[in-house]
Amino acid sequence: MGPATMSESLIEESILSRPTYGTLKIVPGLAHYFLADASGAECVIRVVQELPRDMMEKVHILYVPTPGEAALITSLYALGAKRFEHFPTIEEAVAKLGDWLSDAKMGSQLYLAGTEGLVGQGVAKGEECGLDHTAVQCEHRGSLARRVQCVHCKTMIEDVTTQPVKCPSCDLLLLVRDHYSRRLAAFQGVCINAEDPSEEIEIKEVFK
Amino acid sequence: MSASDHLIPVVVSNVVEVNPIIKRFEFKHVNGDELPAFSGGAHIVVEMLDDGTKRKNPYSLMSSPFERDQYAISVRRDDTGRGGSKFMHEQVRPGMQMKISAPVNLFALDLRARKHLMIAGGIGITPFIAQMAQADKLGVPFELHYAARSVSQAAYMDSLADRFGDHVSCYCDDQGESVDLETLLSNQPLGTHVYVCGPKGMIERVVQTATSLGWPAAHVHFEHFLAPPVGEPFEVHLAKAGIDITVGAEQSLLEAVEASGTPINCMCRGGACGQCETVVVACDGEIMHNDHWLDEEQRAAKQRIMPCVSRFRGKRLELDL
Repeated sequence: MGPATMSESLIEESILSRPTYGTLKIVPGLAHYFLADASGAECVIRVVQELPRDMMEKVHILYVPTPGEAALITSLYALGAKRFEHFPTIEEAVAKLGDWLSDAKMGSQLYLAGTEGLVGQGVAKGEECGLDHTAVQCEHRGSLARRVQCVHCKTMIEDVTTQPVKCPSCDLLLLVRDHYSRRLAAFQGVCINAEDPSEEIEIKEVFK
Repeated sequence: MSASDHLIPVVVSNVVEVNPIIKRFEFKHVNGDELPAFSGGAHIVVEMLDDGTKRKNPYSLMSSPFERDQYAISVRRDDTGRGGSKFMHEQVRPGMQMKISAPVNLFALDLRARKHLMIAGGIGITPFIAQMAQADKLGVPFELHYAARSVSQAAYMDSLADRFGDHVSCYCDDQGESVDLETLLSNQPLGTHVYVCGPKGMIERVVQTATSLGWPAAHVHFEHFLAPPVGEPFEVHLAKAGIDITVGAEQSLLEAVEASGTPINCMCRGGACGQCETVVVACDGEIMHNDHWLDEEQRAAKQRIMPCVSRFRGKRLELDL
């Protein structure tokens, strides 16, 4: 972990698979694509407002607001990007990112800011569209809630804050591992009491 | 141990004058065996026995990776060089027996690429001929941009345009044509990899343009074989062997070490692969670092040398060999 001043992220050092994140910084590029949720909006504003006016032609922003929130939409719109669109869900915004990137050229840069679920799905979409991982920057902000895949029934569980977590599909009690899949943009959830399913394990809120 | 320790005996099956400065040489195994498999971009080292001097020069394979009964290379004659290309042009004839190394690839296609963009300058065309055969068969999109000084010097330009059609764009300096790198590199779909082989200035322009447009370094590939430069003769002490050797004016340090019978690792023999990196035990003088391997800091430290292309001027050089 870098010094606290480098990033607002509270992620602790763990196994290699567990992603860590940096701080967004504009690098040379033909086009700059941004995807953020409400917790990451300020990161987008921070770097984009520093750009010279004539560079705004190269800036494309996708945003997932918190329901009912409008102030950040106004601030992001006011940046004057070539394209700015907002969507109610991460899934829709990531799908739109895929549409944009399918027409993008080499030299494009992708900037992701916000919760891990959004960042991880943005990374996976970038890779799917042929972006090199070095052309993708991530800044983590907000909740540490995890997107978890139940390795047994393959159900994706969003916004997991507890350890362990019960799979809503197969009812197994899952240990949320730090083992992370970049392809799925999800942490792996593995049955915690397979030897003795009657074993009682306390469920604690740990990913806040 | 190095690739050129296990040489393959071949017979020169054909020599073709492509144009006044370029000849193509084709090799078959002396027993008619299949030659080792390779991928587009690979090179072989050709051993030349020239009146007592043994030279080993790397050349890119231009034949199809799907044809293993023979290899083909093209050699551009350089009368100011050390004499390797001159030997190939003047001495090598069909039916002659020679030795070559197994292929080594330092310039392979990245098979994750969604498109291969190839940029060739002059004789730098050769690795791309093999790569295009490979990309064509794999069904991956590719595009070649081939620049040459003049129509008469543009080896294989017509045949490549015939064979690969729209995939090939040609540019001749004497027709006032040149590759517009800025436009070319600004219009490539995500997942494209660019490959460049040609003169140093061309490689630098491609790398610089791609970098300034925001291309990730992992998507930019280049190959620049250096011919070992000629220079003043110099003495070297080989510490482990306990001998002193002299490196001749037209000989490389690597060749002089090999001639003394002292073991040394090597692969590309052109300053690119890093295999021959050698520890300098003592240095009173100046090392002429000619390689693409050591960084600025390592060069300044004078504790490492790449014997395949680098030379020495001064009082004493002692190597850990």
